[in-house]
Amino acid sequence: MLQIKCPHCGMRSQNEFSYGGDATVKRPELGKEISDQDWDNFVYNRKSLRGKHWELWQHLSGCRQWIKVQRDTATHEIFKILKANEEIS
Amino acid sequence: MTQSFRLESGGLINRDKKISFKFNGKNYFGYEGDTLASALIANGVHLIGRSFKYHRPRGFFGAGVDEPYAIVQLYRNGETEPNIKATEQELFEGLEAKSVNCWPSVNFDVGAINNFLKIFLPAGFYYKTFMWPKSFWYKIYEPFIRRAAGLGTASIKHDKERYEHKYEYCDLLITGSGPSGLASAYSAAKNGAKIILAEDKSRFGGTLLTSEVNIGNQSGKEWANSIISELKEMPNVTVKNRSQVFGYYDHNMLVMSERISDHLPKTKKFHPKQRLWYIRAKEVLISSGSIERPIVFGNNDTPGVLLSSAAKEYLKVYGVLVGKKPLVFTNNDSGYETAIEFKKNGIDPIILDTRKKPQSEIIEEAKDMNINIKNSYVVVAAQGYKKVKSADVAKISDNKEELGSIENIECDCICVSGFWTPTIHLASQSGNKTKFNEDIDAFVPGISKQNEKTLGSANGIYTLEETLKDSFEKGNLLSKKITNNENKVSFPNVVEKKSTVHDKFWCVPLPKGKNYKRFLDFQNDVAVSDIEIALKEGYRSIEHVKRYTTLGMATDQGKTSNLNGLQLVSKIENKVVPAVGHTTFRPPYSPVSIGAIVGREVGKHSKPTRKSPMHSWHEKNNAVFVDAGVWLRPRYYKRGKENLFEASKREARNVRTNVGVCDVTTLGKIDIKGPDAAELLNRVYTNAWLKLPVGKARYGVMLREDGIVMDDGTTTRISENHYHMTTTTAQAANVLSHLEYYLQLVWPELNVNVVSTTEQWAGAAIAGPKSREVLKKLFLKSDVSNEGLPFMGYMEADLFGVKAKIFRISFSGELAYEVNVESDNGYFMWEKIIEAGEEFGIQPYGTEALSTLRIEMGHVAGSELDGRTIPYDNSLEGLLSKKKDFIGKRSLSRKAFAAEDRQKIVGVVPLDKKTSIPEGSHLVKDSNAPLPNPKLGYISASCWSVEHDNPFSLAILKDGKNMIGKKLFVMSPLKNKVIPVEIVSSHYVDPKGERVRS
Repeated sequence: MLQIKCPHCGMRSQNEFSYGGDATVKRPELGKEISDQDWDNFVYNRKSLRGKHWELWQHLSGCRQWIKVQRDTATHEIFKILKANEEIS
Repeated sequence: MTQSFRLESGGLINRDKKISFKFNGKNYFGYEGDTLASALIANGVHLIGRSFKYHRPRGFFGAGVDEPYAIVQLYRNGETEPNIKATEQELFEGLEAKSVNCWPSVNFDVGAINNFLKIFLPAGFYYKTFMWPKSFWYKIYEPFIRRAAGLGTASIKHDKERYEHKYEYCDLLITGSGPSGLASAYSAAKNGAKIILAEDKSRFGGTLLTSEVNIGNQSGKEWANSIISELKEMPNVTVKNRSQVFGYYDHNMLVMSERISDHLPKTKKFHPKQRLWYIRAKEVLISSGSIERPIVFGNNDTPGVLLSSAAKEYLKVYGVLVGKKPLVFTNNDSGYETAIEFKKNGIDPIILDTRKKPQSEIIEEAKDMNINIKNSYVVVAAQGYKKVKSADVAKISDNKEELGSIENIECDCICVSGFWTPTIHLASQSGNKTKFNEDIDAFVPGISKQNEKTLGSANGIYTLEETLKDSFEKGNLLSKKITNNENKVSFPNVVEKKSTVHDKFWCVPLPKGKNYKRFLDFQNDVAVSDIEIALKEGYRSIEHVKRYTTLGMATDQGKTSNLNGLQLVSKIENKVVPAVGHTTFRPPYSPVSIGAIVGREVGKHSKPTRKSPMHSWHEKNNAVFVDAGVWLRPRYYKRGKENLFEASKREARNVRTNVGVCDVTTLGKIDIKGPDAAELLNRVYTNAWLKLPVGKARYGVMLREDGIVMDDGTTTRISENHYHMTTTTAQAANVLSHLEYYLQLVWPELNVNVVSTTEQWAGAAIAGPKSREVLKKLFLKSDVSNEGLPFMGYMEADLFGVKAKIFRISFSGELAYEVNVESDNGYFMWEKIIEAGEEFGIQPYGTEALSTLRIEMGHVAGSELDGRTIPYDNSLEGLLSKKKDFIGKRSLSRKAFAAEDRQKIVGVVPLDKKTSIPEGSHLVKDSNAPLPNPKLGYISASCWSVEHDNPFSLAILKDGKNMIGKKLFVMSPLKNKVIPVEIVSSHYVDPKGERVRS
């Protein structure tokens, strides 16, 4: 079981969080024309990376904040954690 | 029964306390401190079971966790447990055990015929033979295999024992209380670190209990006792025996099973049987020791062949002789230590050493004691069926390939030592890439991945002095790093006998003309010949060889077999062992009971139970409850001898004709506040929300980005920037997370706050043509007329001094209201409603009537919004705004979603107007069409329409739009039903929706 350091609450056990998928996906702007391909890429197509991966977690049983976590998908090492409003650099 | 194999004195058992027990129906006794294994051996019982595949006789091989043979069915306090190792099970008064894997008895086992037909059971036998004919598998092959194989029977009774979980944090977790564990724990404890020291066995000390060493002028055992006593007194140290750390998981979390009551005749009151510890450790010191390896020779599975270290442990710990004419077969000095122990107790052993001229202090001592030592000798084969009677031995050439002439030596046990294999399981589980150590012919931990270090013999260090030095130092360094304290302990003087190098010999060649079975894996009956076949058939990867031959796959997970298996593969393949590599070590290290894993989360404790504030009223009024997500809801209120069907019909009919009240507290409620609240709703829901006036409610549907309906519900504008959203009971948590996702990540510019208020409000739906009359009596000061509170209207009102919110919304399709009050006032509200409604014939109704009412109205719910349907499928396309964008809108233009013959919700009525339609049935055109009969749709919900007094169902049907009036068949192969039906509109009652507005 992982330990995730919530930027708002501190180090917590994984079972307080829920997983939210790829954190680098940007939702297309509302009302904007978009091709089928681009929309499919947003809704469905994801890379299944081995290695460093930015992903979303929500501190569900805690502060309920969504956070961005950079984790190695093979080793589970966690490198960086950002608040929802912080940009991935 | 006399204990003919028990020494007059010695051992760590309590000879003052006799313990009686039963094995295979016979009575025996042992002493307090015995294991079942030591007590049986003391009583001269050497045959304990039959092997897995060939049903060959099985005795004891080890004295602990590595035991592959002595597996029994245990009976304790009216319960039974399979797969118990006799070598681990401590003796208690009244213990009962039985052999497994034999029929009709361990002495005469019919399955042993496999042994004589073994030519038919080579590697992969099951895969090859039972492949055809296919139809034989279920009826003939599988039942046969299931009966013949297996290691005991699991109980089918409810386990009355209690199991607990515990979460713990520590600076250092130390796994094993041998010399390295004790030394590291001691030096770390002195630095003030918070320590957990775990020992698998009941006694602390590990090998110090059986070795002839001296530490600080004390015997090893005395030193261990003094260290443990001191550690137990320290407040920063937790010392646990009977506790096995069996798994090393991510982020330095380890799991330990503590067997609290397994050694007692009965679990003490208020005690659990076992406790599972989840330990998050800053640093882990693995001091799990090593396990002796066998040497492979002919019939090496005969009862009486066992590890030499086990023979020594039975002697020194239990005062038990494994035999009176022992043969020690060794390739290293450890065998000599065992032989010396025998000699000290008046037994004359013979040592066969594969080495030509070894010299060391230990060997000198054996020679001085006049022990018969034969150098360059090997055991070719054990003789005897149910117990070793003699051994065929021979001289072996220097290149270890040629055998001399065979001699036969009488003996009653063969103690084997093939050197030591470090127990690297935990290190490997932590992600440590292990490396091969040529000197000891085994794998040791390599570079650490998590915060773990391995000490002592688990790390391939076999001298006591080096082990202690290294462990004191590591314990000191690691704890100093954490506590910033240093209290160095002085290193004690260590006296141990020096040993010399071992012989890398592991397998005795077959003599000419003999075809002895030479076993590698003793529990799964994998012999040298099986591995040879697997390689001949082209298996190369060690992982494949393992699965094909089942080497190392038994409950002992190959603790004694893995390395010899690797040696064999590398020899045949002409590779070095590290090039073959070892199979992955996975938790658990040793079997863990399911009860311990599950803990307290069984039965009704498996999830929390939520009850509405009106729960006790429902109970008093004969409600029959149903699980609705985490909630308990009344399904119906039983009157007299009514069943579910009769009661729900009565309740639903009463709503249609008079008035009913339903507890709707469980509905998800989300409070939404902020200047951009309307904008959020406008983006989340498919319909328009910007112009909803204050004091009005609106029905809304929300989608996922892929266009599938996520949830529906009504949202009410309480004030300018304040909304009250309702969700379905099941989706409440998901909808909140969904809103938070968009507010925090996608549109952080929206100034809105959302919070769940589900449990803050108690809700009651009052529905039926007479509901307004009830309302008038409840809210004397408010105007609840059709004008004062129109359909989809909202008002705040006074309920006899209690603040209430009234929403004129309807799920039943009747004139209806939902009244919310603060949860604490829920019971009061409910009683008032019942009281006021009495004269109008009010009846409470449960979820079954609620379903009936919504189904015949064609209102969709969870069974239609099942994560597979879009708005069109539910006839909700009228709610899709064309003027604005919303979540999921773009997906709706996907080809399949816009298809002409897209599925759509319809109503279904049986032609005979009598036969109930099972939910989940399929709709087909022709009931006699050949299988697979093309499916046109499925029944999503069924009820008995109280309005029409006949069965009615909702279905999602292909091209549903054009199917109204058509005749189809409903098929339920599960219920063996074929029902001719007519497709009708899904709005079976009041299609114009006049009642809700009345």
